[in-house]
Amino acid sequence: MPRMTMIEAIRDAMDVSMGRDENVVVFGEDVGYFGGVFRCTAGLQQKYGSSRCFDTPISELGIVGVAVGMAAYGLRPCVEIQFADYVYPAYDQIVSEAARIRYRSAGQFTCPIVIRMPTGGGIFGGQTHSQSPEALFTHVSGLKVVVPSNPQDAKGLLISAIEDPDPVIFLEPKRLYNGPFDGHHDRPVTPWSKHDLGDVAANHVTVPLGKAVTRREGSAVTILAYGTMVHVALAAAEDAGIDAEVIDLRTLLPLDLDAITASVKKTGRCVVVHEATMTSGFGAELVTLVQEHCFYHLEAPVARVAGWDTPYPHAQEWDYFPGPARIGEALRAVMEA
Amino acid sequence: MVETRKGGLFVPEPEVRPGGQPDFSKVKIPRAGSVERPPVDVDPATIRDMAFSIIRVLNRDGEAVGPWAGTLTDEELLEGLKHMMTLRAFDARMQMAQRQGKTSFYMQHMGEEAVSCAFRRAMEPGDMNFPTYRQAGLLIAGDYPMVEMMNQIYSNEADPLKGRQLPIMYSAKDHGFFSISGNLGTQFIQAVGWAMASAINNDTRIAAGWIGDGSTAESDFHAALVFASTYRAPVVLNIVNNQWAISTFQGIARGGAGTFAARGLGFGLPALRVDGNDYLAVHAVAKWAVERARMGLGATLVEYVTYRVGAHSTSDDPSAYRPKTESDAWPLGDPVIRLKNHLIRRGVWTDDRHKQAEAEVLDMVITAQKEAEKHGTLHAGGRPSARDMFEGVYAEMPPHLRRQRQQAGV
Repeated sequence: MPRMTMIEAIRDAMDVSMGRDENVVVFGEDVGYFGGVFRCTAGLQQKYGSSRCFDTPISELGIVGVAVGMAAYGLRPCVEIQFADYVYPAYDQIVSEAARIRYRSAGQFTCPIVIRMPTGGGIFGGQTHSQSPEALFTHVSGLKVVVPSNPQDAKGLLISAIEDPDPVIFLEPKRLYNGPFDGHHDRPVTPWSKHDLGDVAANHVTVPLGKAVTRREGSAVTILAYGTMVHVALAAAEDAGIDAEVIDLRTLLPLDLDAITASVKKTGRCVVVHEATMTSGFGAELVTLVQEHCFYHLEAPVARVAGWDTPYPHAQEWDYFPGPARIGEALRAVMEA
Repeated sequence: MVETRKGGLFVPEPEVRPGGQPDFSKVKIPRAGSVERPPVDVDPATIRDMAFSIIRVLNRDGEAVGPWAGTLTDEELLEGLKHMMTLRAFDARMQMAQRQGKTSFYMQHMGEEAVSCAFRRAMEPGDMNFPTYRQAGLLIAGDYPMVEMMNQIYSNEADPLKGRQLPIMYSAKDHGFFSISGNLGTQFIQAVGWAMASAINNDTRIAAGWIGDGSTAESDFHAALVFASTYRAPVVLNIVNNQWAISTFQGIARGGAGTFAARGLGFGLPALRVDGNDYLAVHAVAKWAVERARMGLGATLVEYVTYRVGAHSTSDDPSAYRPKTESDAWPLGDPVIRLKNHLIRRGVWTDDRHKQAEAEVLDMVITAQKEAEKHGTLHAGGRPSARDMFEGVYAEMPPHLRRQRQQAGV
C-alpha cells in the first residue's frame, strides 16, 4: 500500500474520481495550471484538460455560484476555496442556495458539490489563514460537513463526498497536510511516511460519511475530537497518563451519535475538543448531545477545550491553540470531579 | 458640467415624488427602427454605443419597422398576445386570491409581460432559465400547466413543491425554469455556471440569467459578468429595469453609470438595451443573444427598459413613494395594447376579437383556479403533510432528522 501525505491523498481522491466520472470537474483560485497553493490539484489539468480543471477569478462567491449552476446541469464540481478564512463571500451561495436547492425544488434540482478548504491553525497564518469555521456550516440544514484527520481517511472521505448526492463542506486541517501534528509545536513532526495512517489504498476506496472511528480505546474518559485535535488529544492522553478513549468524529454532519454515546456510556466521562472558538462552537452541540443521551451515565460534568473567543492571533499562536497541556488539565479535572 | 457637492452626502433622488407631476422627459426614447442590427459575430468593441440607446420595433402607429423587425409570423404574434393576456388575467385572479386570504403573498407582472413572454419564445427545449420572481411569462409562454402554478401559490396538497416555498417561487426543470431563490441575485452567477457546464460537455444548450435593476448592485451580478466574460459562457444575461426596487428608484443601484447595460462594457460583453414593452423588439434581441450564445460566441448583457406598473408585491404600497399617475406617463406604453394595435394594423386582429379573447382567457384562468382550489388553499382544504417538511433535506434522511420527525409526531 503506498504511503502518501494528506496532500497526495486528496489529490489522488480527485484523480480517481475524475478518472471514473467525467462529470467531476475541479476548479478554484490557482488550482489549474499551478495545481493549487498547497499543490492538492497538481497535475490534474495536464491529465484531464483545462475544461475539467481550471483557474478561476478571485471570487469565492463566483466559484461556489457557478458550481451550484453546474450541479443543476448535472456535473459534480469539486471546488477549492484557497483558505477556509476566505469562504465568507460564498456563504450566501452555500447557505441559501447549495444547501436548499433539493428541498425547495422538491428534488427537481440537486446540488452534488464538494467545497474543499484548508482549515485550522498551527502554521503562523494569523487571523486570515487559521480559522476553523465548521460550526458556521454544521448549523445549516442540507449541508454535510467532513473533517479528515489523516491521509487514509482524507482520500476515502473525499471520494465519498464527491459521490454524495448533496453538498459537502470538506475541511482539510492544513497543519496535518504533511504529518500528524500532535500539538507539541517545539518538537519535530513525524511525516506521514512514518505513520500507519499514511497508508493509502490505490484506486477507488471510500470511507462512509457519518461514521466516526475510535483512534485509541480507553476506559477512563472519552475525548471527542476531529481534524488536527485528534492527534493533539492522543498526545495529551499519553502525556497525562490517562486511559482515554479518543473518538475521531470524521463527519460532523451527519454526526455518528451512536459511536459517541456508546463510548461515553462506557467511560462515564467526556472531554470535547476543538480548535475553533468556544462560544457556539461545535463543542456546544456535542456537549448537549452527550447530556441528552448519556446524562445518567456521567460521573463528571462534560468539559470543553477550544480556541479562546478572540480572533486568531499571530505571535500568540501557541497561547491560543488548545494544545496538549490544556487538554491534559481538562482530563485531570474531569477525572478528579 | 457636473454639479459640485453642496455639503452632506450626495443621495440620488427620483425626478418626482408623490404629489408631484410625473415627468419622464429626461428618458431618451429613440425612434423605432433607428438602432442598427449588427451580425451576431460582431466585435463587441464596435457596438458600445448600443448600451446607451434603446432597440425598438413598434412605432407609434403600430407598425413594425427597422432592422430588428420580422422575427415573428402572424400566428406567433397572436400567440404572444394571448400569452401576455393570460399572464395579466392570471395575475389579477391571484392578486385577488391573496386579498381573499387564499394565499400569503403574490407578485404581479403588470407592464412587464412582454419581457418574459417574448424571451421564452426565443429559447429552445433543453435551455435553462434562472429567473427572478417576476418572470412567470417564461412558464405561461412555455405552456406550463397553470393549475400547477396555482397549486404552488396556494401551497395546497397538490403543490409540486410540497408547501415548502413561498408563493410564486416556482421550479419547473422540465420547462427550463430553475428553482426561484428569493435571495436576490444568486441565480445570475448560477446561470453562468450552468452555461459553463454546457460548454464543458460540448453541449449546444444555453442558459439565461435574470436579474432586476436593483439587484445588479449585488456582488453576484458582478461575479456573473466576470465569469461569463472570462469563460465566454453560452448565456444570455438579462437585466429587467422596471425603474423601481420596492421603493427605491433605479438611480440608487445605477449610480453614475448612464445605463445598466453599460455595466457590461468593462467586461467586453456586447451590451444591448431594448424597449421592454415592445414584444417584437424583446423577441428580436433575445433571438440575437440566444443565437450568439448557441454559436459559441459568448455571453450578451441585455437591459429591458420597462416599468413596474403594479406594487412590488402584495405587501407593498407604491403610492407612498411615487406619484399614482406615474405609470400612465411612462413613455413606452403598455405591452399588451401595443401588440394588440400592431396586430390590428397587420389586419389579423380586431377590437371585437380582442374583447372576446379577454373573456376566453379569463374563463380559462377561472377554470384552472377552480381546479386548483379543489386541492385546497393555504388555510383551507387539502394541504401538504407535516411529514413532508422533513423529507428532501438530503437525498437520504440522516438520523438526527429521523429523530426530530419522531419527536414532532408526524
